[in-house]
Amino acid sequence: MNTLQTANEFETSIASLEGVESKIDIRNLDFFYGKGRALKAVSMPIAKNRVTALIGPSGCGKSTLLRTLNRMYALYPGQRAEGEILLDGENVLAARTDLARLRARVGMVFQKPTPFPMSVYDNVAYGVRLYENLAKADMDARVEESLTRAALWDEVKDNLKGSGLGLSGGQQQRLCVARCVAVKPEVLLLDEPTSALDPISSAKLEETVTQLKADHTIVIVTHNLGQAARVSDYTGFMYLGELVEFGPTDAVFTRPATRRTSDYITGRFG
Amino acid sequence: MEQHTVKAFDADLGQLAEAMGRLGGLAASEVADAITALAHRDGALAQAVIDRDHNLDTLELEIEERAVRLVALRQPVAVDLRRALAAMKMAANLERCGDLAKNIAKRALAVGGSEIPEPLIRPIERMGRLVLSRLETAMAAYASDDLVRVTEVWTQDREVDEAYESVFRELLTYMMGDPRLITAGAHLLFVAKNLERIGDHATNIAELVHYAITGEQLVARPKIETVGA
Repeated sequence: MNTLQTANEFETSIASLEGVESKIDIRNLDFFYGKGRALKAVSMPIAKNRVTALIGPSGCGKSTLLRTLNRMYALYPGQRAEGEILLDGENVLAARTDLARLRARVGMVFQKPTPFPMSVYDNVAYGVRLYENLAKADMDARVEESLTRAALWDEVKDNLKGSGLGLSGGQQQRLCVARCVAVKPEVLLLDEPTSALDPISSAKLEETVTQLKADHTIVIVTHNLGQAARVSDYTGFMYLGELVEFGPTDAVFTRPATRRTSDYITGRFG
Repeated sequence: MEQHTVKAFDADLGQLAEAMGRLGGLAASEVADAITALAHRDGALAQAVIDRDHNLDTLELEIEERAVRLVALRQPVAVDLRRALAAMKMAANLERCGDLAKNIAKRALAVGGSEIPEPLIRPIERMGRLVLSRLETAMAAYASDDLVRVTEVWTQDREVDEAYESVFRELLTYMMGDPRLITAGAHLLFVAKNLERIGDHATNIAELVHYAITGEQLVARPKIETVGA
């Protein structure tokens, strides 16, 4: 694989998707926290119906990149993105983008489980009610379908009226996934979704992610390199706000193209 | 290469490489001594080669265990993973070299008493030295991550094949000319075949070293197969 030098004289290697359709195309994306430049000319494709993992040390910009994809940063003053993020060819950074609509299309699950203080059922139904007016039977079906897809249904089906806060951490996180998929987003953003979970819960969530890619395009930020290797089809390695390497996960983990990626994934970093 | 943040990881990899070096050394001296035993009709040396073979088996197992342990406990990826996997396969190749050397030593004992004309022995001894140097070069390439030497071993496989071909024809000629030489000649044919196999293992090792360093497989080399297996 050919490598290039970037402005910072890093060796970089960005592979194309090679025959796989992209859902999102990030082009020349810069991101600023006030004057601080957190992303530097990041360009990468996000493959449709595949899992893309973003890895890199703390502060490398991977969570920032994730938060630009549904403009979550717009909640905070002083933060801005420049460049293009094309979702099915449309630039989500354009001023006219309807943010509520965008976030329904591009859902997000955070590091810590964030169930609403309401019943399991309502946690899932809440978002749906904002966008759709479903009859009770249809809503029941949607809740069941979403919980099933988040691999939680069997564990909560007898207690849908119980509080979402009463679930274990792993169950709460899968409830958040169910809440997210209930509004049928095209893209799912997962920001370190298992960092607060035990290995069994993590494994269940990883299995959920693998199941979900049939219907969704998924981007996952993770510090757990094993997890990136297990669940993702493509991996992007970021460092100091730049995308250093992007390619198929098997290639990145067996024969990374750049020295920096190799040093990071093998545990030889600074 | 830079050190791992977890020092014990480097220690594990270092021990694996050190054990590989030992196994490579043992295999090379088995091959060298087997050739010498045959060339000089040295029965004691041949017996020593046979007796030492179990050391290679033991060391191969140790390397396998170390590699498995490394994979289980360190979860290596990229170059570290390739090194662990390559070490396991290289160890198997080296152990086979030991077996083949042992077989040569047994045949050296078998032909020890019979009168073999020197012209029959010399080409085999030359072929043995050639194969041995390839094995040693492959292991040196491993020890120093040297892609130049890897390529050297890999591209010179042809020389061994040619040497084997020529030894094969010479032996046939002698055996046809003097049927009393057939028993010894048959043993020597097997010795030549064993040496050719050791050459192939050296090539395999070179390929594995290449894979460990670059992550890319060398594509199949051209092979002379006119003699038939």
